[in-house]
Amino acid sequence: MDRLVLAQEAVKQLLESGEVEGVLALRASGPSSVLHLYRPGDDLADLVLWPKYNAPKVMDLLQRSGPDVQLGMVVRGCEERGLIELAKHNQVDLARLHLIYVACSAEERDGCRCAWPYPSRIDVGEKVEGIADALVAEHEKLSLEERGEFWKRHFARCIKCYACRTVCPQCFCEVCMLEDKLWVHTGTLTPPFPTYHLVRAYHTVAKCVGCMECEAACPADIPLPVLYALLRRDAEELFGYVPGRSVDELPPLVVETLPQGG
Amino acid sequence: MEYRNVLTTCAYCGCGCGLYLEVLDGKVVGTLAAKNHAISEGKLCVKGWNSHAYIHHADRLSTPQIRDQRGGKLREATWDEALDLVARRLNEIKAESGPDSIGFMTSAKCTNEENYLVQKWARAVVGTNNIDHCARL
Repeated sequence: MDRLVLAQEAVKQLLESGEVEGVLALRASGPSSVLHLYRPGDDLADLVLWPKYNAPKVMDLLQRSGPDVQLGMVVRGCEERGLIELAKHNQVDLARLHLIYVACSAEERDGCRCAWPYPSRIDVGEKVEGIADALVAEHEKLSLEERGEFWKRHFARCIKCYACRTVCPQCFCEVCMLEDKLWVHTGTLTPPFPTYHLVRAYHTVAKCVGCMECEAACPADIPLPVLYALLRRDAEELFGYVPGRSVDELPPLVVETLPQGG
Repeated sequence: MEYRNVLTTCAYCGCGCGLYLEVLDGKVVGTLAAKNHAISEGKLCVKGWNSHAYIHHADRLSTPQIRDQRGGKLREATWDEALDLVARRLNEIKAESGPDSIGFMTSAKCTNEENYLVQKWARAVVGTNNIDHCARL
């Protein structure tokens, strides 16, 4: 059966169950889709599955505004993993969430160069295997000097729009260091090399699940996920930690800095 | 709980980037870039990303204000009173000093149609070509 029809049916059933006040999903709108909270009785004919948005960040917003509300959400692999990281950092409450799990299509996987295009269980769609990000593989072939030049060249095109920070579900600090004049001056372009981008990169370590929203939002087409993928690789090699893999695995910062893992 | 997104066009300059305003329980709380948009292709600048910020801002003026005398304080007024004053003073200034003593500043925050009306008003009604626009500054 068609993936879209199955998704609409699953959302309909969840809304009719009375367990949730609404279900966060994508809705066709103008040139694309956008996130929408479907409520019981709504027509689901305009529910779609692509293009995706930074859904975990919006769920964070919704849960904050309704501290007791039970909500549903249509999630793909990266979104489930994003929610798990947010839950570990006390940003979202998984106990108040009813998830409908969707596997990405091969086309969606290719668009995101995704190594893990499916969630922990699949309600809608069929699993397709992940692919290696060719940009990451290419970058790994460069020498240290060449890598420095690569990022210098890319960061020199940054227009300091803060989109990478603004769209990122894992950027939830109430006071952002990138708005501190100590690190990033106001009124000048480009942002200081490498503080702006490396502060952000280090703040995403062991949290970034590679959802690609920063790359999609970047007006300068800076391949930020390449940098974050390499940090994700290092966190796995050094600490055996994979962001979003399991809600029970403690982040390495907790394990390494507190006695008995906190 | 009600959460929906409203497709609109960025009002900060003349580029015409596409964005959604996030509306949560009747209040505009955030901005999302419209993916696949013909102009902006899912991207925005820092101003666009903050398109929601001024809508409910405490500093935003929500009614016209009139200064009755030079150096005096602004007081709140109705739209009728403010527009009557503007029409009367523009007529007086035009009669006294000619139409080219008046200039019109329009805005990227208006639609093309509204800007068209302003220049039409300036040229055909008031009789001046003194027209400029914030997106050119």
